[in-house]
Amino acid sequence: MGDRRENMVSATSKTTTDATTGPLPDRTNDSPLLLAASQITKEFPGCKALDRVSVSFSPSEIVAILGENGAGKSTLMKILAGVQPPDGGELLVDGQPVVFRDVRDAIEHGIVLIHQELNLAENLSIGANLFLGREPTRWGFIDQKTIRRLSRELLERVGLNYTPETIVGELSTGQQQLVEIAKALSIQARVLIMDEPTASLSQYETELLYGVVRKLKADGVCVIYISHRLSEIQELADRVVVLRDGQYVGEISRAEMTREKMVSMMIGRSLTSGIERHSHTPGPEVFRVKDLVTTAFPEARNSFSLKAGEIVGMAGLVGAGRTELLRAVFGIDRPLAGEIFCDSKLVRISSPRAAMHLGMALVPEDRKGEGLVLEMSVRHNHTLATLARQASLGVFINAAQEVTDSQRMITALRTKTASDQLAVQFLSGGNQQKVVIGKWLLSNPKILLLDEPTRGVDVGAKQEIYRIMEELAGQGLSLLFVSSDLEEVIRMSDRVLVMHEGKITGELSRQQLSETAIMALATGGALS
Amino acid sequence: MKRILGILGILIAVMVVTGILQPAFLSGYNLSNVTQLSAYFAILSIGVMFVIITGGIDLSIGPVVGLVGCLLPLLIVKYGFHPALAIVLVMGVAALIGTTHGLLITKAKLQPFVVTLCGWLIYRGLARWITGDANQGFGNSFNGLLEISRKKIPLPGDYQVPIPVVYMLIIAVLAAIFLNKTVWGRYLYAIGRNEQAAHFSGINTDRVKLMAYVLCSTIAGFGGVLLAFDLNSMQPSSHGNTYELYAIAAAVLGGCSLRGGEGSVAGVVIGAVLLRVLYSANNMLGIPSTLEYVTIGTVLLAGVLADEGVKWYSQRRKLIQSARKVAA
Repeated sequence: MGDRRENMVSATSKTTTDATTGPLPDRTNDSPLLLAASQITKEFPGCKALDRVSVSFSPSEIVAILGENGAGKSTLMKILAGVQPPDGGELLVDGQPVVFRDVRDAIEHGIVLIHQELNLAENLSIGANLFLGREPTRWGFIDQKTIRRLSRELLERVGLNYTPETIVGELSTGQQQLVEIAKALSIQARVLIMDEPTASLSQYETELLYGVVRKLKADGVCVIYISHRLSEIQELADRVVVLRDGQYVGEISRAEMTREKMVSMMIGRSLTSGIERHSHTPGPEVFRVKDLVTTAFPEARNSFSLKAGEIVGMAGLVGAGRTELLRAVFGIDRPLAGEIFCDSKLVRISSPRAAMHLGMALVPEDRKGEGLVLEMSVRHNHTLATLARQASLGVFINAAQEVTDSQRMITALRTKTASDQLAVQFLSGGNQQKVVIGKWLLSNPKILLLDEPTRGVDVGAKQEIYRIMEELAGQGLSLLFVSSDLEEVIRMSDRVLVMHEGKITGELSRQQLSETAIMALATGGALS
Repeated sequence: MKRILGILGILIAVMVVTGILQPAFLSGYNLSNVTQLSAYFAILSIGVMFVIITGGIDLSIGPVVGLVGCLLPLLIVKYGFHPALAIVLVMGVAALIGTTHGLLITKAKLQPFVVTLCGWLIYRGLARWITGDANQGFGNSFNGLLEISRKKIPLPGDYQVPIPVVYMLIIAVLAAIFLNKTVWGRYLYAIGRNEQAAHFSGINTDRVKLMAYVLCSTIAGFGGVLLAFDLNSMQPSSHGNTYELYAIAAAVLGGCSLRGGEGSVAGVVIGAVLLRVLYSANNMLGIPSTLEYVTIGTVLLAGVLADEGVKWYSQRRKLIQSARKVAA
């Protein structure tokens, strides 16, 4: 395993140095520059989302932007489209420096962004949506006739076989995407930016979209899009721009576009040292899921098991169905099919309450929306799950026990809070996460499910959470944690399950673990 | 706590000012009258408070009071039920109504506003149909029974405590214990603040919400029983009209947020008393009775506005303080 990592680092360090030292890529010989970003920097509190990134785009090309979660792809797209201003660097359109104050400015220059979550009024017709906010008028009234005529032309261009009167809500997601593209065309877009356009499309709809994108290219439009699907990029893109940790890593032209090359450029950072999980002999199996089917991915059956004292990582790209699987296991969403066994006994988990009684606990992905009652105190949040268990006569709150329990968790998890009476909303992300974990530890779980436990948590608190996870596993708990942070998955897991499009596509033992192997499974490929 | 003190201050101020301008306001007779009516409305408000804390609403309180008020004399006088049995039966009807609301809201996932609005129409209509729209009362042969609501405990001077005040205080104390000392009370607040987090913490949120609606309607039923004995004359088409709005207004004035998660028994009781005091002051000061709603509406609006202002100010002060800490 050690060799593999070294190879990876050396293979990619070259491209990194090229990128940071190199100025604007000189492409003027090939074709005129349409849009260029020069030395773009963007900082958010606590993280540098983009660090001196330079890229350029020409007419009639399809460019894919590739990178891990958090690499800065979406931020770059937002800056190109005027959604956010950069903190440093400049944008050039047709070689002229421009400043976009808002989306409208970008649109005036022909740059249009289609968001991942579509921005259509579902209750209105296609025609009304296409011209929303800029309806052609006649005598002060909306000119329906012109709207219909123009809409028909636009729909024909994107190959959508519906009348302009069709209500948008009746269309599938893929068809709605085409309406968005038609809308972009109606404002004479020269650069069309799409954030994961195929994420929620069926195979057929994806093919349809490819066709439209190729036609746009033939019409001279530049299409920039973010995708996690390597096969899709290979099929469609003329060029891939790779970002990593907010930096420009390099480009791959169509001729050199291999899966291996893309993956190694995308993940090739050296692994920072830190606590690494040592091999353990896990205990007996305590939990087994058999052929579980979630509503989000009705065609995927998933099975896995957990052993006592084991930390199992669950990797995959955003939207791979990991959260949905945890929710179904914990009784939040009712699975369509499948069986769950606790200590080899078949159980029915119809609610989080039932899951809790079986010794399970879930630290959810959305800490503020699902994990905590923000306005309540640290103490009351700590005891929320176990209040009834500690109550006298099952009804009256045991106030003294509440204080003891809460203090015990604050000490054990080293939660930093001025007082346990403080509303939990005033704590930092890491300390809030510790309160959620503390709440569940008070219930003495045997199985702890964690969904992105270190998201939005600073580096120091991350280490603390790793330490807590290690300790709990040492005490014999089974931990299953979902994470999009590959480094963390590799560091903390005894074993990793990788998901792709709703299905567990593979399982990697500690010996097989590498970022390359995980990424291959996560992008729908097979282990080499 | 600040909120309760604030509204208590307003209550005292209104009473003092009205007392100075019109000494008859503080007479034993008037105060007894005001406290008796306050007690009924406070009881209804405590009921709706449970629902409001979960982030819900119950618009059907008035018609429940009306239905109970018409059924009770019907059962006792016309059908000769034993009064105790009749009281249990009508309270059972109220509890059943609450259960239905709760099930429709938690299981059928309907909106509380819609469910209880339909209830408003249905119970009012039922009261009219069952009674043939005829005026209901106990007549003169049940005067002992009427004492349940009409009895007064004498105090020195010409002052006295109407017995409904005692019932109200008992309910208030029980409600306060329920909210602050039991698991269920904590769950109500947690659900009002973040139902999803409560559900994810293993709380049976549906059952807790169902309980809130049952409590609300049952308490409304009890209020309806007391009002029936007190008034002894109920018009099926109008008895209890707008009481739900008074109950909700008192709860909001007393610190409940319709967003859920907030509210205290003390605040709600004071809110209910304040509404009745304003009503009486309006009369005693010779302000045209046609302006009654204007007075109450304006005070309610001012109260809520002032509360938002205080919240905004204290939040801002907190932010400024923490900003200073960071800078230091």
